[in-house]
Amino acid sequence: MNYAERHVLETLIYLPMLAALVLVFVPRPQKTVIRWISIGSAIALLVMSVYAFLAFDYDGGARFQLQRSYPWLEILGIEFAMGIDGIAAPMVLLTGIVSAAGAIVAANIQRDNKDYYILLFLLIAGVYGTFVSMDLFFFFFFYELAIVPMYLLIGIWGSSSKFKDFDRPKEYGALKLVMMIVAASLLIWIVIIGIYAEAAAGSFNIEIIMAQVNAPGRFSETFQSVMFLMTMVGFGVLAGMWPFHTWSPDGHVAAPTSVSMLHAGVLMKLGGFGIIRIGMMLLPEGMQQWALLLFIIGTINVIYGAVSALAQHDLKYVIGYSSVSHMGYVFMGIATMTSVGLTGATLQMFAHGIMTALFFTVVGGIYERTHTRDTLVLNGLASKMKWGTAFFVIAGLASLGLPGLAGFVAELLVFIGAFRTEPILGALGVLGAAITAVYILRLIGRTFYGERDKKWDNITDLTSREFIAATILVLPLFYIGLYPQPLLRVIRPGVDAILAGLGA
Amino acid sequence: MNADFTLLIPEFILAGAGFLVLLVDLLLPREQEHRRNAFTSATAVLGLAVTGVVAATTQMNTGESFHDGLLFIDRYSLLFKVLFVGIGIAVVVMSVDYVAEKMSHPGEYYALIIFAVLGATLMAESGELLTAFISIELLSFSLYVLVGLSRGDARTAEASTKYILLGAISTAIMLYGISQLFGVMGTTRFTEMGGLLAAAGDWDMTLISGFVMVLAGLGFKLSMAPFHMWAPDVYEGAPTPITALIATLSKAAAIALLLRFLAEVGSGAVHEWRMPLAVLAAATMVIGSLSALPQTNIKRLLAYSSIAQIGFVLVGIVPNTVIGANAVLLHVIGYAFTNLAAFTVVIIIELKLGKETIADFAGLSKRAPVLAMIMTGALFSLAGLPIFAGFLTKFYLFTSAVDKSLEWLVVVAVATSVISLYYYIRIVREMYITETEDESKLPVPALLGLLAWVLFAGTIAVGIYPAPFVDATNAAVTVLTPWVAL
Repeated sequence: MNYAERHVLETLIYLPMLAALVLVFVPRPQKTVIRWISIGSAIALLVMSVYAFLAFDYDGGARFQLQRSYPWLEILGIEFAMGIDGIAAPMVLLTGIVSAAGAIVAANIQRDNKDYYILLFLLIAGVYGTFVSMDLFFFFFFYELAIVPMYLLIGIWGSSSKFKDFDRPKEYGALKLVMMIVAASLLIWIVIIGIYAEAAAGSFNIEIIMAQVNAPGRFSETFQSVMFLMTMVGFGVLAGMWPFHTWSPDGHVAAPTSVSMLHAGVLMKLGGFGIIRIGMMLLPEGMQQWALLLFIIGTINVIYGAVSALAQHDLKYVIGYSSVSHMGYVFMGIATMTSVGLTGATLQMFAHGIMTALFFTVVGGIYERTHTRDTLVLNGLASKMKWGTAFFVIAGLASLGLPGLAGFVAELLVFIGAFRTEPILGALGVLGAAITAVYILRLIGRTFYGERDKKWDNITDLTSREFIAATILVLPLFYIGLYPQPLLRVIRPGVDAILAGLGA
Repeated sequence: MNADFTLLIPEFILAGAGFLVLLVDLLLPREQEHRRNAFTSATAVLGLAVTGVVAATTQMNTGESFHDGLLFIDRYSLLFKVLFVGIGIAVVVMSVDYVAEKMSHPGEYYALIIFAVLGATLMAESGELLTAFISIELLSFSLYVLVGLSRGDARTAEASTKYILLGAISTAIMLYGISQLFGVMGTTRFTEMGGLLAAAGDWDMTLISGFVMVLAGLGFKLSMAPFHMWAPDVYEGAPTPITALIATLSKAAAIALLLRFLAEVGSGAVHEWRMPLAVLAAATMVIGSLSALPQTNIKRLLAYSSIAQIGFVLVGIVPNTVIGANAVLLHVIGYAFTNLAAFTVVIIIELKLGKETIADFAGLSKRAPVLAMIMTGALFSLAGLPIFAGFLTKFYLFTSAVDKSLEWLVVVAVATSVISLYYYIRIVREMYITETEDESKLPVPALLGLLAWVLFAGTIAVGIYPAPFVDATNAAVTVLTPWVAL
């Protein structure tokens, strides 16, 4: 490995932390300086993420690559160990893309943008850290680090909403989101300590623990069964798993645009990633025992999320519920335990992350201009927001699975996997995709087309910053939709190694 | 028999510094309040710092027992000595402005802090029950006076009365327990008691009641359930720097003594006390975190949260292993940084606004952004969130318990952590989210501001670069001999 390859993963963690530290010492009124430092750091992160992804050797390379390890707390067997496999590499790329777009959109923040960017970078450091950690302690460390800033980001910069029958103050959304996810993360804490004790290897390193999984007398069936259930719920809450998804719509409605982008775009993916990383890799028998439940819940997610989205007329609630629905495909793909299904699940995390971020970019733009997200009031915006409409339509088409866009490839793979294993549930999943088409097309029709109300006559199109952010997101959506091979050939070896561990 | 008094040089310096502070106070004219405050506090800081430096430079490789195990001058006591001196310096520094504004006897005040540190140091060194008892009394009496030193406030009067009465009862009980243990075993030295206990079969009633009473006495100092009732009132009524002293110094000293006592005396008979203590640990965590929920006064809230923290510490003591003891010491260090940082911010608020309810923190992010950041960091550390000390030390504590089939205790500990996050986040919410009309800037006194920064940095340092601290704790716990054989 050359110098850059040795250090790229740790830099992905250090750089956002460094950016946060530098921002602490920039005087508060220097808003423009703060903006440029932040956007610059985020773009540097994007470049490094792309580099890390390209440096991943999919053709016969080791399972975990770009490895780097520092001793940290030897008495407990904790080391600051990093490495990415075929699942983590696309997630790192996703984080780079969404963070860059998010940081650019966040330039619209006027009030205390210093504190905003500090928290945003801590969150980004946490997300990167979780994806690249090979040590369960640091996995959990960064996982928590990614969640905590959310409270302040939503609580301070979020927006309270009044609906006809109920109020949603921003504190409510923030507290609900953080308390639910942290409460669930404590299940993960117990699982990690439990796995550490059961492996009795005196190490938190994932590779060392994996070597113990099949050792005689360790990781009994009951242990794995209990632990997997806790893993599934613990991570499932963050991934928006029904019936623990309720924080997601309320949280997104309250959150400022760039936080929604990062949250739905990458943070929810930590949940799916965690189920694969800890559930599938370290608790294979537990996975097999609970696969059907995960499959059923995934299907419920798809249908329930889509039907709920159908009933909503607040733009953010629609997108929030559609996220719940789309994460269902991830659960289904994981539960198939087939190569094609799991590949689809990983690709779905990537595709959904980007398309949701794109949705929120445009929705945030509309809200800033019209101060409403009610689709019963919004109409005919297309003639005033040409680019906004174009981007929203692209995200919508990706969301309903139009061929040529990333969402189609991912969902297709999940469906193929699902039909091979549980055809009935697979069919229900396809039904969910059909409902998605209904609410997305209806939403586009109402909001952007039709006769324009007079009060929207002075609406302006996307600013150049918003346009750039949206472009960063749209390009991979097309690229992966038309030519998914670069991503698939990285994901494939990772998936196959995991399935080999499952004995499937 | 080793009677080499040079081993006690740091303690002599400390005692001398205490008297020197009184002398300085005496020599300066009565009416020059400000000068007396400045000179006595400076003398106190100097004395504490010299003690720390002397101890750290001369006793790094010492491993002696003084007078056949009356006192142990070893790495274990050295770690605590340095920690206590550090706590003492921090408390003196955070007191300077407070004393100038609210109190009238700076000489006595600073001298008593030094004597409290001396008592705590001797507690960490004690290897014998009566020596331990006298050290506890030295610490306690200093604190009794300090708690009641700012007269005229009804809350202070209540706090000090409660503290003295309950403290006196608990020490009486402890003394009675010691006499029972001596009656049964004929010795009060930890090492000899440990040997006798390991050889003994079933415990008879006298032995059990003696043990229980000694633990009750220590439990009072620790504010372990069910001996925690005094803590909220005393925390609220005491002058705030003294609250910080009780929360850190007095607790850490009791932990030091308890850990050495259980390791040296109890290691041979772990099965007898593990389960009862585990149950008390669970009760302490649950009571501490549930009672903290409805609090509106920040000092009371920190009192209950410190009760919960003691429950977490017990999770590491119960397994009676090297790993567990390591975790305990690391937690104590991180907890000292964290709590002192939180109290420094509380003192600044109290001095500037004259009040210390949670509602007074409203809008702090606007009025003093740095203080709000430091307070948030301290609270997140107490809640056990990264990148702060509390995340690592809690993780460490809970991991240490899982080996000894104490999974249920880990589950209780983890569950109470969620509850605790809820009440810590309430304060964060006041500081950052609640809107206030008064957005005028709060001036931060330079000295207190610097102290807050240093303690905040310490909180983060333990959380992300624990290696030096872990080396120190590991060197400390390995001198507690019984574990080497285990």
